[in-house]
Amino acid sequence: MLKAVVLIGGPQKGTRFRPLSFEVPKPLFPVAGVPMLQHHIEACAKVPDMKEIILIGFYQPNEELNRFLASAQQEFKISIRYLQEFAALGTGGGIYHFRDQILSGGPSAFFLMNADVCSEFPLQDMLRFHQQQQGSHCGIILGTTANRKQSLNYGCIVENVDTNEVLHFVEKPSTFVSDIINCGIYLFTPEIFGHIGAVFQRNQEERLQEDPPCGRLMSEVIRLEQDIFTMLAGQKQLYVYKTQHFWSQIKSAGSAIYASRLYLNQYHRTHPERLATNQEGGPKVTGDVYIHPTATIEPTAVLGPNVSIGKGVTIGAGVRVRESIVLHGATLQDHCCVLNSIVGWESTIGKWARVEGTPSDPNPNDPYAKIDSETLFRDGGLTPSITILGCNVNIPSEVIIRNSIVLPHKDLNRSFKNQIIL
Amino acid sequence: MKALILVGGYGTRLRPLTLSVPKPLVEFCNKPILLHQVEALVKAGVRHVILAVSYMSELLEREMKAQEQRLGIKISLSHEKEPLGTAGPLALARELLTDNEEPFFVLNSDVICDFPFQDMLKFHKNHGKEGTIVVTKVEEPSKYGVVVYEGETGRIHRFVEKPQVFVSNKINAGMYIFSPSMLSRIQLRPTSIEKEIFPVMAKEGHLYAMELQGFWMDIGQPKDFLTGMCMYLQSVRQHAPERLRTGPGFLGNVLVPPSFQDPTAVIGENCTIGPNVTIGAGVVLEDGVRIKRCTVLKGAHIRSHSWLESCIVGWSSSVGQWVRMENVTVLGEDVIVNDELYINGANVLPHKSITDSVPEPRIIM
Repeated sequence: MLKAVVLIGGPQKGTRFRPLSFEVPKPLFPVAGVPMLQHHIEACAKVPDMKEIILIGFYQPNEELNRFLASAQQEFKISIRYLQEFAALGTGGGIYHFRDQILSGGPSAFFLMNADVCSEFPLQDMLRFHQQQQGSHCGIILGTTANRKQSLNYGCIVENVDTNEVLHFVEKPSTFVSDIINCGIYLFTPEIFGHIGAVFQRNQEERLQEDPPCGRLMSEVIRLEQDIFTMLAGQKQLYVYKTQHFWSQIKSAGSAIYASRLYLNQYHRTHPERLATNQEGGPKVTGDVYIHPTATIEPTAVLGPNVSIGKGVTIGAGVRVRESIVLHGATLQDHCCVLNSIVGWESTIGKWARVEGTPSDPNPNDPYAKIDSETLFRDGGLTPSITILGCNVNIPSEVIIRNSIVLPHKDLNRSFKNQIIL
Repeated sequence: MKALILVGGYGTRLRPLTLSVPKPLVEFCNKPILLHQVEALVKAGVRHVILAVSYMSELLEREMKAQEQRLGIKISLSHEKEPLGTAGPLALARELLTDNEEPFFVLNSDVICDFPFQDMLKFHKNHGKEGTIVVTKVEEPSKYGVVVYEGETGRIHRFVEKPQVFVSNKINAGMYIFSPSMLSRIQLRPTSIEKEIFPVMAKEGHLYAMELQGFWMDIGQPKDFLTGMCMYLQSVRQHAPERLRTGPGFLGNVLVPPSFQDPTAVIGENCTIGPNVTIGAGVVLEDGVRIKRCTVLKGAHIRSHSWLESCIVGWSSSVGQWVRMENVTVLGEDVIVNDELYINGANVLPHKSITDSVPEPRIIM
């Protein structure tokens, strides 16, 4: 039987997702209409013999997470548990700490994936690839191709082109190593824990020798990429399965809109019922659009492409929304225009207001280009990016909010451009 | 009586509008700029208007012939072939201006106000000297040339150009009335009336100032064109409010062509128009449009849900859906703005298509 583990991080992680992550843990942020994590869970639940999904992170137990777990278990009829780390233990430390739970029931292998990736999740292909390999290896890494310049932002994998063995692994090198990058989705056998354990022991000994000891906490932090993969490369232990299907990280709010587009496009194949269509009395829909059934939308509104409308959203007459995510309970008043933005929960946008951001999409002419993890500031000014309205933000009528980030519970009274509004 | 209007040349400050139409014929609140002045002059008894131009336009000639007929007056064009400054054109038109002893008006063609021509005549005859200058009070006099004069009589002492410290808050409003004898002071060569003629006349006690009541604006550039429009519409509200359009969807002062006029303007549902908007003949505003502080020239088409503030939309231009235009954006003739764009302070030359947003002010050629 099989299991899946999803690393969901914690509040100190994912700070590039602020201010959206103030309201909801990043893994629960809706992408293409459903929580980010749900895409992982749906993919896992589809794999035959999948018996359990374990979430590991260091969020305190909260209502949102519990509610999500409960409804996901019901909907997908699979056991889903959340194991809370007592501290951030790193991508390797967490699974090592809970290895007994992961291995309980004797799974032959388990998938491990990061919550903040958007992917087609070719899990069954990875499984087949794993079963095809000769010899005793302990891990399959899902890889994809990036362009040379951008590969430096990821874990780079050098493979033996004939055997697909991972010969060399470097996390975020400063010079070009390989254009095959780590997707953050893996398939491990129980043997992986032997290797992690060895590193764990070694770290313990090193820490004890240091004077004064920097704390027990540090010794348990193990990073899968830097500490385990780099060591296992070249020893016939790790193999890379390359996919050309869509994949993207979701680090910033801008990448959430890009990821939405990828998932919405996938819905044509996997969940066509989630895509809105043009209907009598409904808004005009162009391209891929998700509309929650409880949203109220005037028929003169025009939505899409790449738009997600959340629960209970109200959209007035003659509203235009494009390349945006509108979160639960928001109200868009008549004639307003929302482009390349995320409108926070319960926010209001006044009549004729314009809320607009600058997309940071990867170069569409480069098939291997990935979304940039842009820095917030550049050359002394705010980098033009997606406009984000935090929860319960009120935008008055007739103003323009452009390339700005507005923190939650703010009432604006004028136009803003290229600013962070606290 | 006669009047000389200093029309000048290419009207470059009011480009891109003046690339299509000579400045005197650009419509200000639905009437060519020149006609505002000419009609007021006719009302004060002027029967011969001389236009001093440095650039001859066939269009202007043709239009003036039509106005001659309509108003029953004579309109001549005095064409300076080389630049003559601000006084030279008077010398050039000497023959036309001196065929009798009556005083004549001289106006700067960019000026808009409640033209006080009858008052000027009375004031001028009263003091009996050679020249009267209309002055107006402004908030920032150091941007202009100020006039220092005796409050009681109006006798002008001197002029100070762009004073650094406060001298006076009255500036030359660009409207004069002169006795024909004054022309002997001007030779036919490039001459500045402010620098060379007025100071001498003032010293000799021959120059008097009459203070203008009411609004005044030099509408020679787009920003001031719009400010002048607001002032003019406010004056219309005071003197002839029935000319303004009111009702649901209309706020403040809005000028729309009368419904009997053909072509009329078409305004869609759920629009909010005004305050301070002028809509020309044949303009179409689609549903849900919001316009404030704008001039929309003839035949322009604003598509649904767009938002415009402080703009001039040129003749036959088309603004797409969900467009936001602001900050003294000027569209020349026949400009197309695509849907969903943001246009901030753009100055767009005629026959241009705008396909990308213009987030910061610039010129689009």
